[in-house]
Amino acid sequence: MEWVNAIIQGILIGGLYALFAAGLSLIFGVMRLVNIAHGDFIVAAAYLAYVVVAATGLHPLVSLVIIVPLSAVAGYALQAGILNRTIGDDLLPPLLVTFGLSVILQNGMLELFTADSRKLDAGLLDIQNFNLLPGVNIGYMPLLMFVAAIIVIAGLQYIFYRTSLGRAFRAVSDDGEIAQIMGLDNRKIFAAAMALSFGVIAIAGVFLAVRANFDPFVGPSRLIFGFEAVIIGGLGNLWGTLVGGIILGVAQAIGAQIDPGWQLLAGHIAFLLVLAIKPRGLFPRIDG
Amino acid sequence: MRKPNQPNRRTVLAGASAMIATPALLHVTRASAQSAKFKVGFVTPSTGPLAGFAEADQFILDGVRAAFSGMQNNGKVVEVEIIVKDSQSSSNRAAEVASELIEQDGVNMLVASATPDTTNPVADQAELNEIPCVTTNAPWQPYFFGRNGNPAEGFDWTYHFFWGLEDVIGNFLNMWNSSGVAKKVGGLFPNDADGNAWGDAKLGLPPALAGAGFDLTDSGRFQMLNNDFSAQISAFKEAQCEIVTGVMIPPDFATFWSQAAQQGFNPKVVTIGKALLFPSVIGSLGNRGDSLTTEVWWSPNHPFSSSLTGQSSKDIASAYETATSKPWTQPIGFNHALFEVVADVVKRSADLGDPAAIIDAIAKTDMKTIVGPVDWKGGNPTNPVKNVKRTPLVGGQWNVKDGKPDLVIVNNDTYPDIPKGGDLKLLG
Repeated sequence: MEWVNAIIQGILIGGLYALFAAGLSLIFGVMRLVNIAHGDFIVAAAYLAYVVVAATGLHPLVSLVIIVPLSAVAGYALQAGILNRTIGDDLLPPLLVTFGLSVILQNGMLELFTADSRKLDAGLLDIQNFNLLPGVNIGYMPLLMFVAAIIVIAGLQYIFYRTSLGRAFRAVSDDGEIAQIMGLDNRKIFAAAMALSFGVIAIAGVFLAVRANFDPFVGPSRLIFGFEAVIIGGLGNLWGTLVGGIILGVAQAIGAQIDPGWQLLAGHIAFLLVLAIKPRGLFPRIDG
Repeated sequence: MRKPNQPNRRTVLAGASAMIATPALLHVTRASAQSAKFKVGFVTPSTGPLAGFAEADQFILDGVRAAFSGMQNNGKVVEVEIIVKDSQSSSNRAAEVASELIEQDGVNMLVASATPDTTNPVADQAELNEIPCVTTNAPWQPYFFGRNGNPAEGFDWTYHFFWGLEDVIGNFLNMWNSSGVAKKVGGLFPNDADGNAWGDAKLGLPPALAGAGFDLTDSGRFQMLNNDFSAQISAFKEAQCEIVTGVMIPPDFATFWSQAAQQGFNPKVVTIGKALLFPSVIGSLGNRGDSLTTEVWWSPNHPFSSSLTGQSSKDIASAYETATSKPWTQPIGFNHALFEVVADVVKRSADLGDPAAIIDAIAKTDMKTIVGPVDWKGGNPTNPVKNVKRTPLVGGQWNVKDGKPDLVIVNNDTYPDIPKGGDLKLLG
């Protein structure tokens, strides 16, 4: 039963990784931009939630109603104001700019919010659980987080393949120049993709803040597995990201069950195995 | 055919090396000539993940600088200048700024505070450059053995005061014995310097716990910033642990503590080192922060007062709270005490321009600070090695009332002079 428990908890953690990685996967898919500062933006969203909750007294999950739109606007502005200037044939400039943003964000947050560790209190939801099988207790919060990851990915998938905005995303991703000839403004499409990505970042930020303590420097280390999940699943494939997250979570849980020292190693080994067998990830997108 | 007057390779080399060496010579002469001014270099993690330890630095330095004015050495007024450098919470950066302080600022003495990541590189630089150095805010074993210290010889230029692992273990055991719960303990030790020292099978908690009749379930070292403690939680549940202990960083403890509740594991006593140090962390846990236990290095109720300003522990803590409207934290006492030692050394040293005279004064220190007695005379258990002084440590419990955390001393068996504020309560 220990093993069943380990695998179930691992799957739930996988949802968390996928949630952290979904926004990353989305913008890579649309504009081939690797946002190194993604984790720091998640932490920034967590601080935003902290401020909103402190000011309004809302439940952290209800505060999403305010934070998601705010964050999306910030994402649009970031892409339109800064990142669009760096997008071109060369992958390096946007990478460097987001790296710089990461440093600026961390120290900016330190100035604004000090090094104090924060957490958002979700009340009883945070600690209650139900008994699934003897010896297997599932917390409502991790379950909710997993469901949120599925909803977010299903939502993004819907936007991508069922709406005109999604068609535009796919068009600029497939061939930016032709898309422009057809009358699409790539810059606006990129900004819209970034806004969408930042909406997901806001959701991830609130769950991060509810789940564990955060401080200005916690972003990058929380995101490593997000990157791995994206790569395991196949770059730019959203459902693949969820599968990648679950594979990582379960591999780590099994490793930890053997010895906690093997927890991370098991995840990295799973990652390497997938890369060795399928170098482009499990579900690479058909286009190149 | 060479012209006799033309410089050959050897004379050029000799001349060049003399020229390169001259500034060093000048530098040394200049440094040893200064005496009216005493420069102290202070390395502290003002930014980065350890910044919480340095939160009160500005407040402490303001008070200390005021108290330093008009201080005398051998009947003459000495101007003490404190140069503060940020380690950015990195040990590499700490070594870099320490060497800057020595080479460029020409400091007469180095002080450093907060975790082995700061104290060790600074002390290493001081030892190498033969500059007197005093450090604090890091358990003495990682400080001493982390620098490959040999207990028989010790170090020549570097001294340290803080408590050690034996103090933590003693206090944890005292608290657990007084709690009356089953002697089954779950251990959470990360794979870092602290976790490996605490979980060490020979020198850490395992042998001490076994000796005191406690069963320890230790499922192994985990990586820091862990996302999942399910394996540990199920092992603790299986072993029916009623006590959980370990040394963790705040985000790891918060993850563990949420998951413990979510997976139906409810221990009766949770005593964790490091993670439960700051009131802001306890505050962030909400009601789940209530009744957690931890070690207490310094509190406003410690019956000590500052040799520099005459303030009692309570005075300093409330002055800090008034000045910053933030709750007091334990590093305040130790960072203040660091400058008490500096002042004491400045007053007693036979010659402030001579590093040997300064280190002689440090070695002969015998004073009472805000964190307790500090001396490096040797010959008693509080000086486990030549360069280390162990300060008093007691056990405390957080009480959260209306969202405000308050640290209450619940066990003082190791140092009865520090008054107890209440009895240990069980969780849940």
